Amino acid sequence: MSLKLEEIKGLIKESIPDAQITIQDLAGDDNHYSATIKSKIFSGKSKIEQHKLVYKALKGKMGNELHALALNTMEI
Amino acid sequence: MDKNTNDKIKNELKQNEVCLFMKGTPAVPQCGFSLAVSNMLKHLEVKFKGIDVLENAELRQGVKEYSDWPTIPQLYIKEEFIGGCDIVKEMFEKGELQAKLKEKKISYKSG
Repeated sequence: MSLKLEEIKGLIKESIPDAQITIQDLAGDDNHYSATIKSKIFSGKSKIEQHKLVYKALKGKMGNELHALALNTMEI
Repeated sequence: MDKNTNDKIKNELKQNEVCLFMKGTPAVPQCGFSLAVSNMLKHLEVKFKGIDVLENAELRQGVKEYSDWPTIPQLYIKEEFIGGCDIVKEMFEKGELQAKLKEKKISYKSG
């Protein structure tokens, strides 16, 4: 159960093309990440909605292949 | 999700004003994120029920479907889904969690 950093970035970019993504592999195990994602699509949305958009981009991998992704979403 | 699981989640949310679906228990959390949310609630001296999803695979999956949220922990206040660890932490730091508790008339320790 792991997901490469580049794969995560790719999936997010695919569904949120304007996303500015900074990801850190927290434990060096391809399984615990922290990401800051900035995009225009977050504007006017609640934090829950913003995070759901990111989870949706990850196509069900969150909580499965990917154990931990701390999220910080921001509108630009 | 089967009806039993759905009913169980609804009942827990009805019976407990502040509900935390978590891995492990408030006394012995089994995951750092569950620990973090549990500690914030303890810090605020909020009375809450911690529900260990590791004891029940159907519940673990069910609560994710219930909220359309893929991860645990999940915090609910008066049946409203508040968020997972990142959101609750951010709200806590900004004082928004405290404001939410106040709005929902849940007693907590301020200051």
